[in-house]
Amino acid sequence: MHHIRLSITCLALATGALSALPALAGPPTVEVLHFMTSGGQAKGMKSLKDDLEAQGGKWVDTPVGGGNSEDALAKLRTRVMGGDAPSSVQLKGPLIQEWGALGVLQPIDDVATAGRWEQALPKLVSDTMKYKGQWVAAPVNIHRLDWMYANPAVLSKVGIRMPATWEEFDAAADKLKAAGITPLAHGGQAWQDASLFEIVVASVGGPAFHRKALVELDNAALTGPTMKQVFDRMRKLRGYVDANFSGRDWNVATNMIINGQAGFQLMGDWVKGDMSAAGKLPGRDYVCANPPGHGGGSFLFIVDSFAMFKSKNPDVLAGQKLFGKLMMEPRFQENFNLAKGSIPVRNDMKLDKFDACALAARDQMDKSIKGGGFNPSAIHDMAVASAVRGAMTDVATKHFNSSISSDEAVQLLARSIKQARE
Amino acid sequence: MRAALGRHLSALILAPTAAATLVFVYGFIAWTAYMSFTGSRMMPVYELIGFDAYTRLWEMERWNVSIVNLLIFGSLFVGLGLVTGLMLAILLDQRIRAEGLLRTVYLYPMALSFIVTGTVWKWLLNPGIGLERGMHQLGWESFRFGWIVDPDLAIYTIVIAGVWQSSGLVLAIFLAALRGVDQDVVKAAFMDGASTLQIYWGIVLPSIRPAFFSAVIVLTHLAVKSFDLVVAMTNGGPGYATDLPAIFMYSMSFQRNNIAVGSATAMMMLCTVMAIIVPYLYSELRPARSAHG
Repeated sequence: MHHIRLSITCLALATGALSALPALAGPPTVEVLHFMTSGGQAKGMKSLKDDLEAQGGKWVDTPVGGGNSEDALAKLRTRVMGGDAPSSVQLKGPLIQEWGALGVLQPIDDVATAGRWEQALPKLVSDTMKYKGQWVAAPVNIHRLDWMYANPAVLSKVGIRMPATWEEFDAAADKLKAAGITPLAHGGQAWQDASLFEIVVASVGGPAFHRKALVELDNAALTGPTMKQVFDRMRKLRGYVDANFSGRDWNVATNMIINGQAGFQLMGDWVKGDMSAAGKLPGRDYVCANPPGHGGGSFLFIVDSFAMFKSKNPDVLAGQKLFGKLMMEPRFQENFNLAKGSIPVRNDMKLDKFDACALAARDQMDKSIKGGGFNPSAIHDMAVASAVRGAMTDVATKHFNSSISSDEAVQLLARSIKQARE
Repeated sequence: MRAALGRHLSALILAPTAAATLVFVYGFIAWTAYMSFTGSRMMPVYELIGFDAYTRLWEMERWNVSIVNLLIFGSLFVGLGLVTGLMLAILLDQRIRAEGLLRTVYLYPMALSFIVTGTVWKWLLNPGIGLERGMHQLGWESFRFGWIVDPDLAIYTIVIAGVWQSSGLVLAIFLAALRGVDQDVVKAAFMDGASTLQIYWGIVLPSIRPAFFSAVIVLTHLAVKSFDLVVAMTNGGPGYATDLPAIFMYSMSFQRNNIAVGSATAMMMLCTVMAIIVPYLYSELRPARSAHG
């Protein structure tokens, strides 16, 4: 009996000591909720984890599979409602402002000042990282959405070049079709249909039209004849896709380019990240180019960033600061973006390790900032509220997967966006 | 004291479950109903603004698609599920050999989750890797079965998978009921020269009415709340051609930052179930009550 009582006392003391320990001196801890789970992305995240652990930090990984923001956001909401927000969350664009308005974001101004973030970032990017003038998020990269990829071996087999106009694209597609090759590799998930739609908006209508219609949601632009041309073009592209595209993942579509089953893919530069992860080289195994049409001056940007959420735990605050600092350091920016296919968000970095496609993206970015074609992607949560983005996605995927006319689609788009904004 | 305890023991034991049900079922229904009358977007707000969310819901093209889909899917799923399950039960009821084995075989799909069923059927029905390709490899080049990638037909592939999954359960319900039918009556009818069809139609089926009741209730609520099967098979696609209210609800509440509209959707689903179940419940339970009363 005495033995038992003694051991209970010991146990109680030991538990007390253990639970007191982390409060005294814990490592800087960061829990990272992210959805970077595909090949190149996971490699990029691993490099950040290694950096953090090398500096004595503790990394708690909370990945959400599927590679899209929607599931991660659903998880974030339940965590915040339950009073247990992850310390850092992959979050971008207007969503940072929406969460900021709820008062749950943690300012990290001292880290930003020390790292001279203001000077290193394009203004359009740094604005989205702040809530009411305070830095609450750190950016990791700049993605370009409007890219076109092809396999040079396939192109030379049927004797075509990278098309610069949509007419040339159609001619190339017909040749590919005749050779038994699917002209356009496309994955039929709603967000992919919508991404294709946005690329077509920017390339058929030009960057100014894209901004008016999808960013400013101008009714005249949404219902005008240019938008009808956009849907006409989408209908044409639908004819170039193989029969089994429904539900296909984007990287499966990319694979069709790599193994020569398909001619072109229109998709963001994360495609390039996965190609590099598979050991493919630009110029030899694949080529990247501007999409056909007015695309020359356009750059649809997506900035991945991590927002910091408030916590009462001092270890977490230390962890967030370390996490933010490391994220903006050139070392990580280089490692991460080499792996993911995007380009560093800092404009004061050397890019000698980057490939031809990344250098072209950088060049295009500088050009488009000057020319006014540097626009946030609406479909990728950089420009409009989720409800509006959802409405655009619905219409794009509805049109692509049914036989409704361009006129109907234009009306449906304007109506759905109006409903979502009310 | 002891006598009082004895009298109230059952009530005491049931109290925690009753309280939990009250909060976690009816409480949450009430909360959802409340939310549907607010203007909640990303997080709940508690200011009432009226029927706004319902108006917006019914204006949405995608909601109309999910309602039509629910009507198609629901009626076919319940109807075919009942017929298939009943036919299997009647066939198994013929005192055949290896009945135990066959019963397990038919009931087995129920042991799989809808996610597994959905994934398997997705692969089977995909023209590029499944049935169609298999037939091509066997030499039947003209064989076509691309329903799952056809926006107009994809919803029917969900019915196929759903019926496959649930017919075993319906079979079990009906088989148990068939075994409970008074064999003397059946034998008497047989002596009188009634055919098997007449016996089933005139005697057996009417006497297993309660089993129909259970089966319809189980299938109806499965149909209205079906979510995982569609997510696994088509994820609502192509486009949003196979959207059902449950998916629409999830999408609005958790992906589109539109909690008010999501809650309104949930209330519409509740009303749908009520509209079917309540009259049925009433018609089924009334004779019993009058018999006792």
